[in-house]
Amino acid sequence: MSGRRERGGGAAAKAVIVPAALLMLAELAMRLTGFKSDSVAPPSEILVAAFQALHDGSIARATGETLLSAFGGLAIGGLVGLIVGIVLGSVAILDRLFDFSIETIRPIPPIALMPIALMVFGFGARLEIAVVAFAAVWPVLILTRAAIAGIEPQLLEVARALRLGFGARVFKIVVPAILPRLFVALRLATGVAVIVAVTVEITVNPVGLGYAIMIAGQSLRPDLMLALLIWIGLVGWGLNFALQATERSLFGFAMPRARP
Amino acid sequence: MTRLAPFAWRLAGLGVGILLVLLWQRIADARVIPAVFLPGPDQAWASLLAGFESGGLWPKLLATVLRMVYGWLLASLLGIAIGAAIGMSALARTYIGPTLEFLRPLPAPAIIPLAIAFFGLSDTMVLGVIGFGALWPMLLATMHGFAAVEPRLYEVARTLGLSRLGVVVKIALPSSLPDILAGMRLGLTIALILAVVGEMLTGQDGLGTWILRAARAFRAADLFAGVILLGLLGYLSAQALSLVESRLLRWRARAR
Repeated sequence: MSGRRERGGGAAAKAVIVPAALLMLAELAMRLTGFKSDSVAPPSEILVAAFQALHDGSIARATGETLLSAFGGLAIGGLVGLIVGIVLGSVAILDRLFDFSIETIRPIPPIALMPIALMVFGFGARLEIAVVAFAAVWPVLILTRAAIAGIEPQLLEVARALRLGFGARVFKIVVPAILPRLFVALRLATGVAVIVAVTVEITVNPVGLGYAIMIAGQSLRPDLMLALLIWIGLVGWGLNFALQATERSLFGFAMPRARP
Repeated sequence: MTRLAPFAWRLAGLGVGILLVLLWQRIADARVIPAVFLPGPDQAWASLLAGFESGGLWPKLLATVLRMVYGWLLASLLGIAIGAAIGMSALARTYIGPTLEFLRPLPAPAIIPLAIAFFGLSDTMVLGVIGFGALWPMLLATMHGFAAVEPRLYEVARTLGLSRLGVVVKIALPSSLPDILAGMRLGLTIALILAVVGEMLTGQDGLGTWILRAARAFRAADLFAGVILLGLLGYLSAQALSLVESRLLRWRARAR
């Protein structure tokens, strides 16, 4: 790791050189041949379309709609996953009893539930929030359960010695001990939430970034379509980056140190 | 006793599952939620049976399964081949690796409009999207697996005078097999999701189209039957793959 850091500048340059060269090549090839297409656009036109959409606020509005649904679903699903994960992680009997049911429900693709949500809620944010919530339950539940299983046994012995009740044990010992790993779960669930939100928009729900990119494709605007594709990638990447940075600054002390 | 205990727990877990289904039946019967939205498990089951008996559901199930499997195989071949090519060369890893890591978190369905622009609303489009979307876990797993091969094994290969292909087939692939199989399991899940999404968008015959039409027509029993079928499909395919995984990796467990 340290070797890579010393060559940090060089590594970053090496990382961008291939994509940059490919983009230049695409631009040159399309300019020189005068190639016109309904499915691809030269990088310069994509850039122009991106600036236009950023300027007229349409990207901002669509991003807001997508993130609202993603975070709404994440809040509901994450809370359910957290509570169920804590209960199952703390009470071994319940964990074993519900294992079969959970392992049976978990593989249902969230997208399969979309028609049910569509039937119940109709189009709109509630449809999307419901599907995202279902998808966000599992990473939080599974990681919470695993985090509790990984708590230092001495901490639980302390709780027993202090004769803490179930509530006090959860809030004074368990939650603080698993907090760093909960944050990892939150980060993974956020990624899932954004992907599911965009998927629901592409498939049925006429709001947000997913719908915007579908419309751009259907109205033969490859420049805008590709600009939105890159934007969606940037949003997901940016969220992950921000959460990772927060994670490091909040819980850097608790990160597992490199062991020999 | 020790052999019996896990079995008893499994039985108890199954019992809890049955209790949950009974609870669902009670809630549906009590009409807490309108029957249009929540049919009982009896109705969903009846609809499932009716679909299979009339023969209408088999081709739909088959179409979705084939789409998922073909797309997944395509993605696996591509992913392992590209991953191996990049993983073998340190040069490719430094230059192309970061770009791939950047592309990976892109929501696979977001490339659907692009795929539609190229292939139209066709089966090829769905296969292409599955091939692209399910590719990443396999590609990155192979790449990292090849990069993490014990260096001494490469020295052995050199001593034995193995060809490049020999190194890949006899050393690098077996040693990164656990990573690749884990990636393939993840890829299968993605393939199923993308198959369903692709069907919903293109209207090709399959379970995805079937449940979407059922929802639009408020045929709740059919809808729930389809969702149960998709859940089963996800469950069984994951189970089958972990079975294959434990078979293939038996040598590893023994070596420990």
